[in-house]
Amino acid sequence: MLIFLTRRLIGGLLVLFVTATLVFFAVFALGNPVDVMVSPDADQTERAAAVARLGLDRPILEQYASFLWNAVRGDLGNSFVYGKPATTVILERLPVTLELAIVAMAIALAIGIPLGIIAGLKPASLSGKTIMSGSILGFSLPNFWIGLMLISIFAVQLKWLPSGGRGPTVDVFGIPLSILSLEGLKYLILPAFTLALYKTSLIIRICETGTRNVNRQDYMRTARARGVPPVRIVTVHLLKNVIIPVITVMGLEFGAMIAFAVAVETVFSYPGMGKLLIDSINRIDRPVIVAYLMVTCLIFVTVNLIVDGLYAVLDPRVRFSASKA
Amino acid sequence: MRKTGITTVLRAAAFAVVASLPAASWAADLKIGFSAPATTLDPQFHNASQNIAVSRNMFDTLVQMDPDSQIVPALAESWRLVDDTTWEFKLRPAKFSDGSAVTAEDVVWSLDRPATIPNSPSSFTIYTRPVVEKKIIDEQTVQLKTAAPYPLLLADLTNVFIVSKKATEGLTSDKFVTGQGVVGSGPYKFKSYTPDDRVIMTANENYWGDKPAWDTVEIRFLPNDSSRLSALLSGEVDAIENIPTPDLEAVKNNKNLVVGEKMSHRLIFLFLDSGRDETPGVSAADGSPLKANPFKDVRVRKAVNLAIDREAIASRLMQGLAFPTNNIVTETMQGFVPGIKPSYDPEQAKKLLAEAGYDKGFRLVLASPNNRLINDAKVAQALAQMLTRVGIRTSVDAVPFAVINTRGNKGEFSSVMMGWGAQTAEASSPIRAMIACTNKEKGWGPVNWGNYCNPNLDAVTAKALNTMDDAARSKLLQDATQIVHDDVAIVPLYFQANTWAAKPGITITPRMDERTSALMFTPAK
Repeated sequence: MLIFLTRRLIGGLLVLFVTATLVFFAVFALGNPVDVMVSPDADQTERAAAVARLGLDRPILEQYASFLWNAVRGDLGNSFVYGKPATTVILERLPVTLELAIVAMAIALAIGIPLGIIAGLKPASLSGKTIMSGSILGFSLPNFWIGLMLISIFAVQLKWLPSGGRGPTVDVFGIPLSILSLEGLKYLILPAFTLALYKTSLIIRICETGTRNVNRQDYMRTARARGVPPVRIVTVHLLKNVIIPVITVMGLEFGAMIAFAVAVETVFSYPGMGKLLIDSINRIDRPVIVAYLMVTCLIFVTVNLIVDGLYAVLDPRVRFSASKA
Repeated sequence: MRKTGITTVLRAAAFAVVASLPAASWAADLKIGFSAPATTLDPQFHNASQNIAVSRNMFDTLVQMDPDSQIVPALAESWRLVDDTTWEFKLRPAKFSDGSAVTAEDVVWSLDRPATIPNSPSSFTIYTRPVVEKKIIDEQTVQLKTAAPYPLLLADLTNVFIVSKKATEGLTSDKFVTGQGVVGSGPYKFKSYTPDDRVIMTANENYWGDKPAWDTVEIRFLPNDSSRLSALLSGEVDAIENIPTPDLEAVKNNKNLVVGEKMSHRLIFLFLDSGRDETPGVSAADGSPLKANPFKDVRVRKAVNLAIDREAIASRLMQGLAFPTNNIVTETMQGFVPGIKPSYDPEQAKKLLAEAGYDKGFRLVLASPNNRLINDAKVAQALAQMLTRVGIRTSVDAVPFAVINTRGNKGEFSSVMMGWGAQTAEASSPIRAMIACTNKEKGWGPVNWGNYCNPNLDAVTAKALNTMDDAARSKLLQDATQIVHDDVAIVPLYFQANTWAAKPGITITPRMDERTSALMFTPAK
């Protein structure tokens, strides 16, 4: 177990280092932040002062070296725009996106698993076919388009739900959450549903295949022959085996969900990390862009680690030593 | 394809909403959708227009620009010139939102403070630096001295918000996020702020002016065009700025929305690289390199000016959102020359090109932003066609604003379309920034991408900037504009329009300077 963890940690650090380097140089190509940040009225003195203050007048390798040195000590630099640490700026937005992603994931699981199992149990039935063809839509329609459609139906025409933004929040240990009040939840429904749609289709697909495979197994036949009630067959024998790949895939997808909630957050003006990234790219706020990608990278690494752990717990055949391969 | 999809959806939505709006019954609350998020609530931390737009609601300046960009009193009731370099301002009896009185000390503090703020991304010192001495005469009177006669002082002061010394002394800018320090004498006072999401304010009962029109004002940051419009259509907000251009027609035709439009002070123009012997974006008609830079010849620049059909752009591409011009400032501003009118004459343009030795024409790359100005990339395409028609075979290089800025400052363009808002409401603003010879010591020509340089123009402009007499300065600025025109230092195209939309029952007072605030919206009588 310990060896497994160390290996993964070293691997994770390596990934972080490579990402940081790539992103650092890529962001350099975006443009000079001072050109965008400084007021158009500013004269050369003002511009030069801004360049010097941000350290942009130094050679790129020198900037990279000091970036690395500071990063090792946990300092990813100050946001050019906000004038405070980039990590602080991002971490302030993290709960907002996390909340959105968790609700979306819950929606995806709550809809996806039952539908997938139904479709898997009765693949030839009308409901089975409808579910499977419906899931194709979920795959192929772009997120931002779904978002706009939902806004135009539920917000503009029916006026049932707000068109965007974040609802009122309740503080929990200093973290503002909007999931705890009805009014706050209303703001979450549309973006979370939009974000969930693709994952729902994915879960349906995985569950359907899983169900069909498991359904053919001898132990299922035996259980049926022994007269175990169908509900128990499905919830115990079937579900336990179907759910393992769902956890693996969703674990990975959860990281992606946090990292790439960008389109949904933009369409719904949802003030999370994704929108921060877009705003920061427009303002060429280098430290925030770099730190953002490092934070998401860290999330990916961590989530993978957790998934592997869960996987091994759920499936006794997978042992930590096996990951050596 | 994508864009069309979005537009159709929104257009359908726009019409669907018609039946469902309730008859005018208004709570005295206003929610406004802004198109750019504020980055701070410290009114002196980051000099960016979206921040100034938000601060405007809670803070006062000594003097301010009215909707037509004329300078009018604000916190200063009156002012006079003691001598050519000394200004005296009389403060009106005003109170900050915490109940304390606004004094001359606060004014001096507010003028000193920008220079002391660390990490400011773009500092307000460009407006406070001309003031070399500040003197408190009494509680309500303050004298400001400039090193030399400086007629733009008032225009500069319209950007410097007066903060409370008591509330901001020793306070760092990041503390303002909680509302600490956000103590101004403006019509509204701080209630809450969620970065990148919204600012909520309530009426300031201590305000010196007319009672604020709304009990509560909420500014929502909705940078995505479709989101901003759907927020208005769904009733999520009551008013928005910058109506997305593809949806403008649907919005105008929607009887359940009111629209406010006004000519902006933002001039859209072309830089032509007239300064360098070789310029990167041109080649001969057959694609071979050109020996000389054609734009060094004023006849070529004149040809470009004549080849552009501004009326066609305004009517066909811009749906009335462009006001064709060949001046560099609007009619209401100092430096406008009534005699300068745009003319379109492709035949004359061809003749001039032939005279200059380009009877076969040449090839040109025209750069343009694609996310900054109304219809920018489309307009650039139209310009390219018009130039091609007279023999300058033009292709368009449209890139995001952030990129164009970096490339422009590196001198990568022979010709580029840009916009400039005359913040000072007179002609020296565009001239000093982008037409005057680049001079680091003087701070002139920092964004002169056309590499234009004409000492005569600089001399006239400098003289205007040293002339305190309004009439005499106006005349000098007109002379400067005339030089810009005769020499085709830049190619002015049109003034953009600023647009707002609101629910019926709200009266919009549109502004020339693009600065949206709650003060622009009042309940209709």
